Amino acid sequence: MALSQEEVLAGLAELITDETGISADEVALEKSFTDDLDIDSISMMTIVVNAEEKFGVTIPDDEVKNLKTVGDAVTFITSNQS
Amino acid sequence: MSAHILTQPTGAAHTRIYSYGAARGENVVDNEALIGPIDSSDEWIRQRTGIVTRTRAVAETDAIDLASAAAAEAVERAGIPASDVDLVIVATISNPKQTPSVSAIVADRVGANPAAAYDLNAACAGFAYGVAQADALIRAGAARYAIVVGAEKLSDIVDPADRSISFLLGDGAGAVVVGPSEFPGIGPTVWGSDGSKADAVGMNHTLVEFRDGSAPWPTLRQEGPTVFRWAVWEMVKVARQALDAAGVTASDLAAFVPHQANMRIIDEFAKQLGLPETVVVARDIETTGNTSAASIPLATHRLLAEHPDVAGGLALQIGFGAGLVFGAQVVVLPGTAAPAH
Repeated sequence: MALSQEEVLAGLAELITDETGISADEVALEKSFTDDLDIDSISMMTIVVNAEEKFGVTIPDDEVKNLKTVGDAVTFITSNQS
Repeated sequence: MSAHILTQPTGAAHTRIYSYGAARGENVVDNEALIGPIDSSDEWIRQRTGIVTRTRAVAETDAIDLASAAAAEAVERAGIPASDVDLVIVATISNPKQTPSVSAIVADRVGANPAAAYDLNAACAGFAYGVAQADALIRAGAARYAIVVGAEKLSDIVDPADRSISFLLGDGAGAVVVGPSEFPGIGPTVWGSDGSKADAVGMNHTLVEFRDGSAPWPTLRQEGPTVFRWAVWEMVKVARQALDAAGVTASDLAAFVPHQANMRIIDEFAKQLGLPETVVVARDIETTGNTSAASIPLATHRLLAEHPDVAGGLALQIGFGAGLVFGAQVVVLPGTAAPAH
C-alpha cells in the first residue's frame, strides 16, 4: 500500500538519522540536503540505497542529482511507489 | 584428422601465493599539501576519504622502479631463485610509455629474464585479474612460477584542482609470487566488467587531444557517488559470489582486503558484507592513499606485518575500478600456519 507524504518523510528522516546522526526533528521538506543538513554525496548515496530498499522504489544515479531538498526526495518516492 | 600428435601441457593441480613485496612512493604527502587548489581542508578530506597521508614518488622514480622493488622483495621472500620465474604480469594504468611493457623490464631487473612478460590494464581490479591469470596459467602448464605486480605512479596523472579523485591518489607497487601448491591456495575468481559505466571513472582526455592542443594533459576523474554506489552494493554481491565459489563463508576469513579506494567504501563494504569481528579489514588507505592496481598487495603486505596471526589464513580480496571492471577471489595468505581449508 502506498505511503502518505508524512509517512515517507518520517521514514526518510529515520534513514537520515541512522546515516548522519542528524535529529529527525531537523529533517523537514524545505531543507536542502547539502546546504542545510550538510549531507555529503557519499552519505546521500547511502541514504538513497537504503530508501530504495525501505520504500521499494528505484532511484537512478542521474535522478539523485535532482534531489536537492528533502521535499524533492519525498515527492520522488511517493510518486514512484509501486 | 591430423597425422601429427601435438603435446599439450598440464600443470600443477593447485597454486598459492608464496610471498608479498611492497614499495611505496618516497614522499609522505599530507592533506594540507593538497587543499589549496581544491579550496578544501584536512578535515574535509579525512571525513570523505579517511585518508590522512598518501605516499607519492619523487620525479626520478617511475612505476617500473616501484614494480621492480616490490617484485624483488616478493622473490626474495618466496625462497625460490629468480631464474625459476617464467611469467611476469604487471597490472598498471599509469606508465606513461605505452611500449615497451613495464613487465619485461621488471622481469629483467629481478633476474627473471627470459620470463614471459606482459602488462594488463584492469585499473583497480588489475591485481586480482593478474592473480587469476597466474593461477590459470600455472595450472594449465603454461608457467611454473609467476610474479604478479600491481604498480602505479598515479601522481603523474592527477590534476591538483580536481575535487573528484586526484587528492585520494598515491604511488606504489605491490607484488606476489604465485607457484605450485600441495593444497588449493587461490579460490575461483569472480570477475567481469560493465562498459556501460565507462564514463564513471577514468581519464578525462586522450593523448591525441593533448598533442593537438585541444585538451590539457589527461588526468583521472570520477563520478564519486555513482562509483560509491557500485563499489559497495554491486561489489558486495561479487564478494559473496567469490566466497560461495571458494566454498567458504565470511566467518572462515582471517582478512578482508578490498581495493583501497576510499575508507568510506571500505567501511560500508565491510558492514554490508556482515563480517564477523574476527576478520581483520585492511585499511592501508589511511597512510598510503588509493594506489589503484597496487592497493590490494600493498594492503596485504602491511596486514601480514602488522597482524602476523593472519598468516596461513584466508583473505578475500576484491578489486574494482575504471572500465568498470571487477575481480575477486579468496586466497590463502602465505605463512607457516596451516590453511583452514
